[in-house]
Amino acid sequence: MCAALPQALLRVEAMSNSIEIKNLDLRFGSFEVLQDLNLDIGKGEFLVLLGSSGCGKSTLLNCIAGLLDVSAGQIHINGENVTWAEPSERGIGMVFQSYALYPQMTVEGNLSFGLKNAKLPKAEIAQRVKRASEILQIEPLLKRKPAALSGGQRQRVAIGRALVRDVDVFLFDEPLSNLDAKLRADLRVEIKRLHQKLNNTMVYVTHDQIEAMTLADRIAIMRDGKIMQLGTPDEIYGLPMNKYVADFIGSPSMNFIDGSIKNGAFTVDELNLSLAGYEFASGEAVDRSATLGIRPEHVVTGELVSHSPYSIDVEVELIEPTGSDKLIDCQVAGHLFRVRMDGQAQVSVGETLKLGIDPARVSLFDTATEIRL
Amino acid sequence: MTEASGLPLEGPQGPKPRRVLSRRNIFLYGTLFVITLYYAMPLYVMIVTSLKGMPEIRLGNIFSPPMEVTFEPWVKAWSQACTGLTCNGLSTGFWNSVKITIPSVILSISIASVNGYALANWKFKGANVFFTILIFGAFIPYQVMLYPIVIILREIGLYGSLGGLVLVHTIFGMPILTLLFRNYFSSLPEELFKAARVDGAKFWGIYFRIMVPMSLPIFTVAVILQVTGIWNDFLFGVVYTGPETYPMTVSLNNIVNSTQGVKEYNINMAATIITGLVPLTIYFVSGRLFVRGIAAGAVKG
Ligand SMILES: Nc1ncnc2c1ncn2[C@@H]1O[C@H](COP(=O)(O)OP(=O)(O)OP(=O)(O)O)[C@@H](O)[C@H]1O
Ligand SMILES: [Mg+2]
Repeated sequence: MCAALPQALLRVEAMSNSIEIKNLDLRFGSFEVLQDLNLDIGKGEFLVLLGSSGCGKSTLLNCIAGLLDVSAGQIHINGENVTWAEPSERGIGMVFQSYALYPQMTVEGNLSFGLKNAKLPKAEIAQRVKRASEILQIEPLLKRKPAALSGGQRQRVAIGRALVRDVDVFLFDEPLSNLDAKLRADLRVEIKRLHQKLNNTMVYVTHDQIEAMTLADRIAIMRDGKIMQLGTPDEIYGLPMNKYVADFIGSPSMNFIDGSIKNGAFTVDELNLSLAGYEFASGEAVDRSATLGIRPEHVVTGELVSHSPYSIDVEVELIEPTGSDKLIDCQVAGHLFRVRMDGQAQVSVGETLKLGIDPARVSLFDTATEIRL
Repeated sequence: MTEASGLPLEGPQGPKPRRVLSRRNIFLYGTLFVITLYYAMPLYVMIVTSLKGMPEIRLGNIFSPPMEVTFEPWVKAWSQACTGLTCNGLSTGFWNSVKITIPSVILSISIASVNGYALANWKFKGANVFFTILIFGAFIPYQVMLYPIVIILREIGLYGSLGGLVLVHTIFGMPILTLLFRNYFSSLPEELFKAARVDGAKFWGIYFRIMVPMSLPIFTVAVILQVTGIWNDFLFGVVYTGPETYPMTVSLNNIVNSTQGVKEYNINMAATIITGLVPLTIYFVSGRLFVRGIAAGAVKG
């Protein structure tokens, strides 16, 4: 944490901000979707908004795009206050989950519609359409109607429609969630390449963790219209700021055990984990009740246990082989505890297993406030 | 598996055999036949009668086909039959009806579709109140407003003219058409509308370039509703126009109900068929689109 922070600060300062959201409120009638939301997104940054369904991701994106009138607060894009500006005047391009291609126009018509509205000269339009279709490899499709395209091709055209606008900011609202798993992985890579090539700011909404982790420079985890944590994928994964984020990120999710901190050790029932090596956010351990969080993949087994500062014996209750890994269910201090082992590991149900835990890799949360200690 | 594929399969296979003359089918087709007869008989009698001369009609065999086919009643109905004092047949009424129907249909559909689009996509302040009032308007019985509208039309100098009737039809078509268009437009994906806004299209740009091209079915429904409704209207026609500007339905009534001389059944039949021809043609031409549009509009709203 201490090492990561100055670096992150440096980076943010070096880039001027592309999007600044200040004290944003959005209400539908009396229902408050976004509350006092602040978010700065740097130039050329790939920011992913991640959160469960209904937490307000699309709403936030629509506010940035100008498709929803905000109830309070400001939105700045490229240093300009665009709170009252029309979507087309904000210098953004947007890609929708349902593609939203105009069904009665050809692919070419779809790509050029915005440019025609902006009254660009014909030659310029042709040249931009050509460039975008080259980048996205949709040149052979230009004369087709959207109905005659596959899902992946449609999404590419939808991205192309944002591309031709030649804007600094791209907004994506779950662009891949209508595609099958294989295509999703392919297009994910393509979007990443596109970002490296164009180097413009991208705000990307998803509820797929893998997408978020692989694409993002920074991830904003949202819950009920608030940002729970904003950080690099590593920070989000390794140093979750609260229990919600810790639980949300990672699959299978983190194991949680309620207990208390006494004399620099976490204790409950048979567990007595010395916290030497754990970096407290406040700098030192204070005796209190706390929740211990351990990721299934951060527990070691076999020979590695001897190198671990702490070890515990458990009984194997259930084994779920997934091919590359084996997931083991067991009980620690009366809580279900899952451990990820190598796919080749030899274990059987009922066997006693020795688990090694490194306090440097665990997370501790205040039981009441659920904030990281 | 491979061995089994060589053997002939046993037991039920392929399409399930159905008896053509099952009890269900006899009942179904019997009912359909009776209903068809019920509707087709009067039409048959009308056509047959309209092709007979008066002497033959007086024989009284209304179901027998004409012994001598004559088109004279049709010609007379069109151009010579007497409607009250004048004897110009249906032609005047027909052209009046055309002059009433075409502008009313175009006007009411244009306005209602824009209304529906604005209500569905541009959620302006007071949209819901506006919509509620419109829907409420659809349930007010016409009779209540007949006389007040006479006064209004007289005040603005349109009483007795075709223009006045066009105005009345346009206004009375508004609630139901707006509802129809609003429901159709809100069934179109909202993201399409958002994409068009990001692409810089404005109110009219989105309407003409995105919405209208996607709305052929609902426009067809609206055209059919309006053409048949306005063409068949009698009440407004008789109240708001004068003898010079009577629509076809009123002319028809005057021909059929004229009390002078003998009842010329053949002319009456021919006149009635001619009057019904326009809605009939519309149905035949666009029946399929009509059904599709009704179904599409009903999906959401
Ligand atoms: N037009 C609206 N009127 C009232 N409430 C709305 C409206 N649009 C969205 N909401 C509510 O706002 C909240 C946030 O919606 P939003 O679409 O932003 O969620 P989301 O995070 O994008 O979810 P998902 O991942 O399912 O797309 C939801 O609870 C939703 O019910
Ligand atoms: Mg959403």
